[in-house]
Amino acid sequence: MRKIYIKEEVCIGCGLCEVYCQLQHASVHDLIKAFKKRGPRPLARARVEAKGNLSFSVRCRNCDEPQCVYACLTGAITRDTESGMITVDEEKCIGCCTCMLVCPLGAIKQDKEHKKMIKCDFCQGEETPACVANCPNEALFCVEYEGAEKKVTAEIPSPV
Amino acid sequence: MEKTERIKYLIIGNSAGGIGAIEAIREVDTSGTITIVSDEPYPVYSRPLISDLLAGKRTIDKLNYRPFDFYEQNRISTIFGNRVTKLDLTNNTVFLDSGQKIGWDKLLLATGGTPIVPPIEGREAGGVFTFTTLADARAIDDYIRQKPDANAVVIGGGLIGVSVTESLLNRQVKVTIIEMKDRILNVILDEKTSSMEDKAVRDSGAEIITGHTVSKINGNTHGEVYGVTLDNGSVIPCGMVIIAIGVRPRLELVSGTDIRVNRGIVVDKHMETSIPGIYACGDVAEAYDFVYRENRLTPVWPNAYLGGRTAGLNMAGKETDYPGGTNINSMKYFGVYIVSAGMIVAPDTTYDEIITNHEDIYKKLILKDGLITGMVFSGDVDRAGIIYNLMRDRINVESFKQSLVTDDVGLLSLPEKVWRNRLATAPVVNGIENSIN
Repeated sequence: MRKIYIKEEVCIGCGLCEVYCQLQHASVHDLIKAFKKRGPRPLARARVEAKGNLSFSVRCRNCDEPQCVYACLTGAITRDTESGMITVDEEKCIGCCTCMLVCPLGAIKQDKEHKKMIKCDFCQGEETPACVANCPNEALFCVEYEGAEKKVTAEIPSPV
Repeated sequence: MEKTERIKYLIIGNSAGGIGAIEAIREVDTSGTITIVSDEPYPVYSRPLISDLLAGKRTIDKLNYRPFDFYEQNRISTIFGNRVTKLDLTNNTVFLDSGQKIGWDKLLLATGGTPIVPPIEGREAGGVFTFTTLADARAIDDYIRQKPDANAVVIGGGLIGVSVTESLLNRQVKVTIIEMKDRILNVILDEKTSSMEDKAVRDSGAEIITGHTVSKINGNTHGEVYGVTLDNGSVIPCGMVIIAIGVRPRLELVSGTDIRVNRGIVVDKHMETSIPGIYACGDVAEAYDFVYRENRLTPVWPNAYLGGRTAGLNMAGKETDYPGGTNINSMKYFGVYIVSAGMIVAPDTTYDEIITNHEDIYKKLILKDGLITGMVFSGDVDRAGIIYNLMRDRINVESFKQSLVTDDVGLLSLPEKVWRNRLATAPVVNGIENSIN
């Protein structure tokens, strides 16, 4: 499966990853319409954190041991066996936030309007997700990640 | 003597724990025979969703926790609607109420909990229910259809009691909750958040009576409930009673065997009982709680799955430690969002509490010696998982604890070593404390 990684040393904290994530998940792919004219703003599934000169962009990492999948009360959160992605079945999700309580990255949030949990969906199968495609400094990039499901007691990989 | 069928992995109980075990076993062993037995006559359903079913928000075909072809896809043989009546530990054999006998190589006891029904006079009357299974929800649903004017007394203001209250109010049933302690949800919420829920419940039209118990359920000559009498002698007329005091481990199969039991079945870090080859998980098991650092009952769905998963991996020969669980709850009753985990109030003065509280936002941490031992968040529960995982991984937060209750808490609230680790990967079954501390 492909995973999104971050080089925080070149992230300038501009927030464009959030903006293009919002746009990608809006009902209309026009910035003005999506942000100004069509009801509530779409929600970003990525989050920029910044402190002084340090910044990075955070989203679901599709963990090898996905606590959200294990904790989900309804079976809405599963790993797609083909793509390896953790997905939320909106019909089954009751928006109870149990997944949010166990996610070590804080990468799942609640869509309060629809009372569903949302997370990075890799732009629904796009080759290059919107956040990566629009990162002005290539701080975000995709890497093919092998054997995600095979590992049970994964070693801690060296930090990005 | 007739030959007993022998199964490699026998699982008793078809809910979160049993399914967690199946999924784990199949990651390791794709061909070993698995049989799952349950006295409930249907494929696995999400137990927490029975409140949505009773509320009329969800139909019965939408309760499934896994796809309907789950058992077929995983090559599981199912025995549903049959009860295991006896364990024979000498011959590794179970007996079912159908007369069938099944032998096992590895056995998982995932029998769950059973509702606590105190010996209140009149509890056998018609119209008296518990609320932990799909069958319970359907029985209450049928009863409401027959008696749409019946109002309800809910005995117990815990999670089950508040949950059934919300469902009943959705069905236009009037509800009075009787809570023995001085506040509802007292096991999982602190005073502040409990009072928020109290207000939300009352605003929705239910009544709450605290500090009292039901001493008698009153039935008429037809054996149907018409009211309850409280310990102070006052009488509340009602057409139905829901007993929602809590659950206790369902231990009847192991009582009288050599399997060690304390409050639940005692398991080690592999979720194995005192008898090698026999495992237990979920509401029936007393497994490691990382907050109290001892075995405890933590009857919540996520722990059942994780315990079942750990048991399954070990049963299939992949040695794996249970990362531990603690009492975690996430609730949204009557639109009030609250999450809590671990301790909810400081047990004594050796613990610190740090709290922020402004507008609708309330965040409280309980700490001891720099380690988080409990959390209660309301209003803004976003990113609560960042804090929960600090608690689980026993990371000392003394130097940055104040930043954890701010509105903009994030990974950058944590020391660099920790956020780098979080960004690189997520916690694994073996935990990460050694690499961080």
